Amino acid sequence: MAAEGKFITCDGNEAAAEIAFKTNEVVAIYPITPASPMGEWSDAWAAMGKKNLDGIVPKVIELQSEGGAAGTVHGALQAGALSTTFTASQGLLLMIPNMFKIAGELTPTVFHVAARTIATHALSIFGDHSDVMTVRSCGWAMLAATSVQEAHDFALISQIATLRSRVPFVHFFDGFRTSHEVNKIERIPDDVIRALWPMDDVAAHRQRALDPDRPVLRGSAQNPDIFFQAREAANPFYLATPDIVQDAMDRFAGLTGRQYRAFDYYGAPDAERVVVLMGSGAGAAYEAIDALNRAGERVGMIIVRLYRPFDADRFMATLPATTRAIAVLDRTKEPGAAGEPLYQDVAATLYRHWPIVNSQAALPRVIHGRYGLSSKEFTPAMVARILDELQESSPKPEFTIGIVDDVTNLSLSYDADRVSESDQVTRAVFYGLGSDGTVGATKNSAKIIGENTPLHVQGYFVYDSKKSGAITVSHLRFSPQPIQSTYLIQKANFVACHQFQFVDRLDMLELATPGATFLLNSPFSADEVWQQFPVAMQQQLIEKKLKLYVVDAAKVASDAGLAGRINTVMQTCFFALSGILPRDEAIEHIKTAIRKTYSKRGEAVVERNFAAVDGALAALVEVPLPANVVETVQAAVSPIPETTDDFINRITKLLIAGKGELLPVSAMPVDGTFPTGTAQFEKRSIAAEIPIWDPSICIDCGLCSFVCPHAAIRMKLRPSDAAPNGAPESFRDKDWSGKDFAGAKLTIQVAPDDCTGCGVCVDVCPARSKTVAKHKAINMESKWDHLDAERANFEYFLNIPEMPRDQVKADVVKATQLLQPLFEFSGACAGCGETPYLKLLTQLFGDRTMVANATGCSSIYGGNLPTTPWTTNKDGRGPAWANSLFEDNAEFGLGMRLAVEERQYLAIHLLGQLSEQLGEMLVQDVLNARCSNDQEIIEQRARIVTLRERLAKVDSPLARQLEPLVDALVPRSVWIVGGDGWAYDIGFGGLDHVLASGNNVNVLVLDTGVYSNTGGQASKATPRAAAAKFAADGKAARKKDLGMLAVSYGHVYVAQIAMGANPQQTIRAFLEAESYPGPSLLIAYSQCIAHGIDMTTGMTHQKDAVKSGFWPLYRYDPRQARQGGHPFQLDSRKPTIPLKDFVMKEARFAMLARSDAARAQMLLQKAQADINDQFHYYEQMGAIERELCDATAEEV
Amino acid sequence: MNIDFSTDYLGFKLSTPLVASAGPVTSLPQNLPRLEEFGAGAIVLPSLFAEQIEHEELAVYDFYSEMDEAHAESRSYFPEMDFYNSGRDKYLQNIELAKQSVKIPVFASLNCRAAGQWTREAKRLQDAGADAIEINIYDVVADIERDSRAVELEQVKIIESIRSQVQIPIAVKLGPYYTALPHFARQLADAGANGLVLFNRYLEPEMDLQEMSVQPHLELSRPNEMRLPLRWIAILRDVLPISLAGTSGVHSPGDAIKLIMAGADVVMMTSAMLKMGVDHMESMFLGMKTWMHANEYTSITQMKGSMSRKNCPDPAGFERSNYIKAIVSYV
Repeated sequence: MAAEGKFITCDGNEAAAEIAFKTNEVVAIYPITPASPMGEWSDAWAAMGKKNLDGIVPKVIELQSEGGAAGTVHGALQAGALSTTFTASQGLLLMIPNMFKIAGELTPTVFHVAARTIATHALSIFGDHSDVMTVRSCGWAMLAATSVQEAHDFALISQIATLRSRVPFVHFFDGFRTSHEVNKIERIPDDVIRALWPMDDVAAHRQRALDPDRPVLRGSAQNPDIFFQAREAANPFYLATPDIVQDAMDRFAGLTGRQYRAFDYYGAPDAERVVVLMGSGAGAAYEAIDALNRAGERVGMIIVRLYRPFDADRFMATLPATTRAIAVLDRTKEPGAAGEPLYQDVAATLYRHWPIVNSQAALPRVIHGRYGLSSKEFTPAMVARILDELQESSPKPEFTIGIVDDVTNLSLSYDADRVSESDQVTRAVFYGLGSDGTVGATKNSAKIIGENTPLHVQGYFVYDSKKSGAITVSHLRFSPQPIQSTYLIQKANFVACHQFQFVDRLDMLELATPGATFLLNSPFSADEVWQQFPVAMQQQLIEKKLKLYVVDAAKVASDAGLAGRINTVMQTCFFALSGILPRDEAIEHIKTAIRKTYSKRGEAVVERNFAAVDGALAALVEVPLPANVVETVQAAVSPIPETTDDFINRITKLLIAGKGELLPVSAMPVDGTFPTGTAQFEKRSIAAEIPIWDPSICIDCGLCSFVCPHAAIRMKLRPSDAAPNGAPESFRDKDWSGKDFAGAKLTIQVAPDDCTGCGVCVDVCPARSKTVAKHKAINMESKWDHLDAERANFEYFLNIPEMPRDQVKADVVKATQLLQPLFEFSGACAGCGETPYLKLLTQLFGDRTMVANATGCSSIYGGNLPTTPWTTNKDGRGPAWANSLFEDNAEFGLGMRLAVEERQYLAIHLLGQLSEQLGEMLVQDVLNARCSNDQEIIEQRARIVTLRERLAKVDSPLARQLEPLVDALVPRSVWIVGGDGWAYDIGFGGLDHVLASGNNVNVLVLDTGVYSNTGGQASKATPRAAAAKFAADGKAARKKDLGMLAVSYGHVYVAQIAMGANPQQTIRAFLEAESYPGPSLLIAYSQCIAHGIDMTTGMTHQKDAVKSGFWPLYRYDPRQARQGGHPFQLDSRKPTIPLKDFVMKEARFAMLARSDAARAQMLLQKAQADINDQFHYYEQMGAIERELCDATAEEV
Repeated sequence: MNIDFSTDYLGFKLSTPLVASAGPVTSLPQNLPRLEEFGAGAIVLPSLFAEQIEHEELAVYDFYSEMDEAHAESRSYFPEMDFYNSGRDKYLQNIELAKQSVKIPVFASLNCRAAGQWTREAKRLQDAGADAIEINIYDVVADIERDSRAVELEQVKIIESIRSQVQIPIAVKLGPYYTALPHFARQLADAGANGLVLFNRYLEPEMDLQEMSVQPHLELSRPNEMRLPLRWIAILRDVLPISLAGTSGVHSPGDAIKLIMAGADVVMMTSAMLKMGVDHMESMFLGMKTWMHANEYTSITQMKGSMSRKNCPDPAGFERSNYIKAIVSYV
């Protein structure tokens, strides 16, 4: 953070968290997008010893869920501390029970909320008010910030007001739009906070604390005699709150000059038409109102800042008496209600108060609309259209804006060009990849401009949903005036393309204004580049008379010793071309920023970045535009597979093309149901190198395919008698060395446009050339040297029939890889440690699998549109997948299991009743069928086909009842999948209960030891001595032994696996778990980018995890206990290397050793002792005999 | 009979000619007072490998940069740490700590690659309080385009540039593989080197036949390795007026005595202490004392160079004829 009392450039989360940290003592946190950074800032500040206003370091503690965080805050408040938390969306909902209690006890606190969409038909991480509107009945005051500055200011105003009023506050601002927007704000100096600080109220709060020196009782249970009265007893506090808030706002204004009101009016004093809204949408509305009033109209808006308690008098005092029509805008949806919440409040207020306040004027017409759900764009043009609608003689009483609703026809169409941005605002857009530093560089540029010029700046960043090869678009505005434009840049003066491949994929120049500058990172020189552009792009450049500049940023970066890091180069070029600052001054500021940012990274990093700055200027070249377009060199655009599937052609392909905005309501599934098997249509072609197979060396082990995180390396056998008709010349095969399919031909094939280039397959390949040791049976080579051939090869490969499942005994690696994966081409990180397990699961059981997937990485790469990696086989069978929540996944899966069984029981019941009509023998065969392997399942499916045919001929209500149930007579394999954040923390209670229930579910925990999806926060699976977010000084506590907790039940199958260390044990564990007729728990070691390892070596790294005893492999099979055996099988040998040798290869441990060597050493010694103890314990477990009674689920 | 064990090395009057050389033994702060107590005349701290530090700096930079601001849900994947070091800070701190913990001179050791890096890092070591710097030149020349003359000139230039930037004494630790070592050694002395440390033991690669990989591997020295510095110290002693240190294969008092007789001002030792413990320093000291007493030597100065090439009865013994003689006697 910058010096006190100055302008700083930061985002909304940091702005709010800074005040919350300074004014509290106990900060209970739990990660959830988009509020996580508030907790991260607090944790980091506490770790570095930063103090609050009272001179102590607040206690920052991570809980197991938002419910836990709220409970901790509640307890801290009761015991007299100042306490806060940060959350959003479902997290806020988990706090509701405590929120009612906290308010009921009149306890002062502020929860800072980055308002986010609540998951309904789908999860969305983006912003709207559906979460905060859900807590409006809790008895909390609600203060809405519209901007980064207000998020900072209202954090303080709400804290003061809660202490004075005793009413707890939700302080909220829009997720992403405000929480992640970078803006130049004026920081509140500490002396201002102190001047406003209500010391007496703080003292009163402490005086009310539970204290055995003056004991009281709170949380009593009350009866009908007094509960009601007691509830009403708090009324005066709510009545007083609006005045308290306004007083705090006024005193704040006196010291800062920034005046806020509970309701702020903006616009013509004599406005006839008024919009009412809250949150960041006000930013867009300012501009629309200015534009319309300049054009002679009389319009205005009321910005609702204090939403609860809703002060009707103040609202009426704010509304111009001239108002004839009002549009109330809600950023939420309340299906079935008379209207959304803000509308209802405004309507009720007007109904009651207008006749009193304006008895002479007619009650204004009030319409209401929804906008901006899930961060849907909300622009000045939309506001203008809404104000236009208020002029209509019969305006739509209920409307939506920003979408096309062709089902209920609620949407207003609008002219997107109706309102244009001020000429004083310079607008720049940067297209980059998540991994190339574009966003970071743009934030850095915003800071440089914000902190070194009188200009105001705003940065906003858009990401796609992939974890590998994600495209980012950074929007940067700067202006002499404060920037309130809370929408994406629509016309840019400067467009930068940081990745040349976007030239063929994205229409970046659509945003460029005539005469704008286009900066392109190009491997082609100024002389060569023009003919590489698509014709449409050439036309736009010429017609708009754009100024084109190229720089070979990759080469400049490489020459500077920063291969692959183009951000500094592109940032330098931006400053050189944009003219915001004199070039030399800009360069000096960039270098100052580099020194500031990277000096702690070391001298080499600083010097190389300096070299990149100097090299960038020398390499930046203007390209004169030719007069005419020329024929384009054929670009290697990835082919999208053809399909006859209507949904995919109409919808999925549009989503993939980034044009989902164009889809109307009628195109949408009404209940969130989407087809699987769509990732195959998203040919992203993001790898620079792909694995190329050399069959002359291959030993058919199948490991490359086994470990591939993206199913982009496949294995197939072609029968010896099948001619390779139509095979491309480049297609390769070899004789299969196994005895099982003698004479068959093996092919190992890369999917060149789906591979991420992680190299894990090459790393694990054990077959080396005898003459050139570095040459393996599979080798990473330039994609461009092989792309055409491998595309043809892959297309041919896909047409080779899959191996019939009943012919493969899938109990060894290479056999499993002959089975079709039904999880493919996910957007997971390159080298992901989780996805290979999921792929294996689908190879073993995918045609009969139902997946309950906890929210987290696996639900994002598994279910984040536009596509899903879960797919089907040629028969249309494959995993059926659903995500409920983060916290309930085990229970969700249990529900699936129970439904499957109930459907099965009913089918059996009906089958018995229809036995005569359907044929005794068939019915008995169906009922008595064993389905323990693929052969038996295929036979049962054949019986079901016959059964269906016979059922169709039976004219009976029972037959009709049975028809939709017969498929349940084939076993379903229910898998409950999630990460350690779910299994160890937020979902542990449910998981424990489900395991205890004895039901036949399979649980797969993809254990990365951190909350990977939200950015690597510590969980109870985080190992001791590892640094992680929320454990920045190294996790002090030992990793929870989830497996042994489950083992303690006796009846739960448990295995700890690491497929890179022992593939065979992993396969065995999967097979045993699935076959076990009770609950099974697989805990799978999953390397993650948050570990700080070379992900290429992730699978071989697992070997060291096992060798060191860090991750012992074992299986506990209750079936062995029932046969007088030893149920616990330790599959690892005694550790052969010290823990230190393993963990120091991971940055999460090594960084701690560098930052705090003494603590790292202390924690590592303890971690080594943990391992020694754990292994000794497991060894003893291996010797233990158990004799468990058979127990059915019901009995358990 | 009193024996004067003192010796001059790099301008310092050392209490004994036994020096703990750069290595794992001197990397542990707790060993330093014990070494002093057991008779070490000076201590050389382990090498600051600038290339390693740079590699780590860039690795950390990559770690943080790789996924920085890459996804909507995660600004990063690891907490930012404001106070970490990539090795250099700790090394510099160790110099200060070492200086506080012992009275004997503490020498730093430095290994770099890039030209500017040598001078910059050397200055840092001086500023941190090192009494002298041992310049650890370790250059495996694999480039067929670089000839020996050019390589030697580069190394001389490094010494010149360091000399121009630091005021404390510098010693150059060399490998043995020079075609004309005396000539090169004189150039180093002319460039400003105050002494030579003979010889560096290279980290030779080892092959792992299981993994089919090449791994760096360091074998501890064996006593017979002492003969290589023995020869060159005997030769150089008579032609160069600078300090000479013998290192590699010094395991017994006899080894030390031989090197001193050949002309070494000090002898350095690590492997023997790794094998036998830090207190082997004391055994060495006592052993030398016993031998000198038995053989009526009264000072190190007295015996230093007494068996140099010039002073020994059979100078050819240090030259090529030695090889011929050995073969002849064998057959």
